Amino acid sequence: MPPSRPRVALFVTCLVDLFRPTVGFAAIRLLEAAGCQVEVPRAQTCCGQPAYNSGDRESARELALGILESFAGYDYVVAPSGSCAGMLKVHLPTLFEQDPNLRPRAEALADRVYELVSFLTDVMELKTVPGRFQGTVTYHDSCSGLRELNIKAQPRALLAQIPGLTLQELAEPELCCGFGGTFCVKYPEISTRMVADKVKDIRETGASLVLAGDLGCLLNIAGRLKREASPVTARHVAEVLAGMDGQVPPIGESRGG
Amino acid sequence: MLVTSPAFKENASHALADAALQKALARARTHFQRRRADAVAGLPEFEDLRARAREIKDHTLAHLDFYLERYAENVERAGGFVHWCRTAEDARAAILEICERAGARTVTKGKSMLTEEIGLNEHLERHGITPVETDLGEYILQLRDEPPSHIIAPAYHLNLDDWEKSFREHHTGLPPERAFHERRDILTEARKVLRERFLAADVGITGANFLIAETGSSVIVTNEGNGDLTQTLPHVHIALASIEKVVPTLEDAFCLLRLLARSATGQDFSVYTTFSTGPRRPGDLDGPQEYHVVLLDNGRSAMLGGEFQPMLRCIRCAACMNHCPVYGAVGGHAYGWVYPGPMGAVLTPSLVGVDQAGHLPNASTFCGRCEAVCPMQIPLPQMMRHWREREFERHLTPATVRTGLGLWAYVARRPTLYRWATRAAAATLGWLGRKRGRFASLPFAGGWTGGRDLPAPEGETFFARYAKTQRQGKA
Repeated sequence: MPPSRPRVALFVTCLVDLFRPTVGFAAIRLLEAAGCQVEVPRAQTCCGQPAYNSGDRESARELALGILESFAGYDYVVAPSGSCAGMLKVHLPTLFEQDPNLRPRAEALADRVYELVSFLTDVMELKTVPGRFQGTVTYHDSCSGLRELNIKAQPRALLAQIPGLTLQELAEPELCCGFGGTFCVKYPEISTRMVADKVKDIRETGASLVLAGDLGCLLNIAGRLKREASPVTARHVAEVLAGMDGQVPPIGESRGG
Repeated sequence: MLVTSPAFKENASHALADAALQKALARARTHFQRRRADAVAGLPEFEDLRARAREIKDHTLAHLDFYLERYAENVERAGGFVHWCRTAEDARAAILEICERAGARTVTKGKSMLTEEIGLNEHLERHGITPVETDLGEYILQLRDEPPSHIIAPAYHLNLDDWEKSFREHHTGLPPERAFHERRDILTEARKVLRERFLAADVGITGANFLIAETGSSVIVTNEGNGDLTQTLPHVHIALASIEKVVPTLEDAFCLLRLLARSATGQDFSVYTTFSTGPRRPGDLDGPQEYHVVLLDNGRSAMLGGEFQPMLRCIRCAACMNHCPVYGAVGGHAYGWVYPGPMGAVLTPSLVGVDQAGHLPNASTFCGRCEAVCPMQIPLPQMMRHWREREFERHLTPATVRTGLGLWAYVARRPTLYRWATRAAAATLGWLGRKRGRFASLPFAGGWTGGRDLPAPEGETFFARYAKTQRQGKA
């Protein structure tokens, strides 16, 4: 059972901070709707995946030290990203395996880290959401969320609470979109091929909007949709759940309309 | 086999532009994935079996010396010979010596990736011995002089018309009206030619899926029965196996067999599962006069006790590559050596060096599907990451990546500097992209914008906007 009004630290994620601040505000609205007291630690930057997945454990470890410092003392740490939450929950403790002092701290942090949507359903047992939407959407499961954190039913359960929203599933929902962090720029041709396959699947659902819980995938998918001049738009699932999709155009769309 | 892994990017580029290859890959991918999913759904204890299988292999690897010696004793007790080989060269020499002593002119071969690893066919040919591949896929590849592109379906990269073309080229005298409409037509044509080769062979060489310590048996699984004809018809049978193939008991082998075919082809069991224990005994109706096992290390013992040891649990089912989006996009040849896909991305650097095969563990999104379907629960993404760590430690990571990472890490460790830098970046990009909401191209972002637009940031960072709302809230 969670405390009645848990103190939740928002791990904003670097991509949300830089590209899509609205997702951060949507996360705050949803967490507050679920009865949380939300704080945003000032000293956060990035979860360290670019270093960790490039083999630079030392840089990843130094960043992790900062995270241990800034995110100590909260009931929960929540990120609007399966990928960053997976880094903090699954991988960060491995950086301190050999360190008897820091390992327990890293493990204690990992125990309290959640991805936003699964936190709302699994911990806060949120049943209704502020969002309103009319139309057909499809959903892309990010690989880290799906396979590291078992997030699959949770976003669907919350989306089902929005009257008028129909979810049309992808034919290959388990397939990676080809983002992969630095992979997309290290192996751009393969990445392009993968996102083109993903976008084909999205377009074949007939949905007008694709949702996902990870901004990395969404920048990749939206970028490809726009390159193909597709009318299908892309948003973070939190924007729709929080009812904030009216405040900002879809990812990669002009503010003019 | 020549290692072209350093040219992975170029190989991948060619593969992506090859329409026929793309057609073959798309068809095979959905086929294997659907078959495996159905087979797993039909076996409620599949997850329990995975855990049990992992225990069996971990236990065996922890006592590998014991089980290998026990296995060798039992092979010899059954009348067979064991040849311990440290390197590929040792194994080639041992096999050649057996063949020469038997006066062999032709040898038939069952499917074996290990013979690819040691370059056996070329070696035998150089010494005047003709190897004949008898697995259907390997047979066509031998005609085409191509290496396998997949570890269980070697001709994964071919379409039906490729088969017909190769048969018409090499099986001279085929009537033009002869139809090649389906797999059966291909099989009939290959069978006709291969039957004579089976009877003419002096030595039969197979791989082994498992070696059983308690009985001294080698086990092969096939769907065509070619392995049985290869190992029972000639005078001499040689089984070539790497040291990690050993399992303690017959029962252990059955646990792994229950996982193997389901994970590989989606069959409950392969059509033929054949156990060989020593040569023909008095009263046996068939079987070779001589039975040899060539036990090969070739770098595997160096993986024991280290972070790559879990890779030695691999039973070569190919589920990882069948579910890998990168393999599915570029096919097996792009990987540039014997073992493609995720298992190859971990194993190849161990066997040929990460300086040669560094691209392989890097060309992954860490989507984790390989690990999710691996019957042996091998943490493939984690081990690919370990290879990236080794590269980074040895300064093999490209200088541009290293410099970029260093700069980024310097800023990311300093939140105040980071706030300032991200504010400037978001403001600049947001302003530049304010009209279209995205960029079709940007300096230094060609990797991204080559195949997709870059969505523009909203313009203000989260932290800048959040600070404002906090001030307003307090006012």
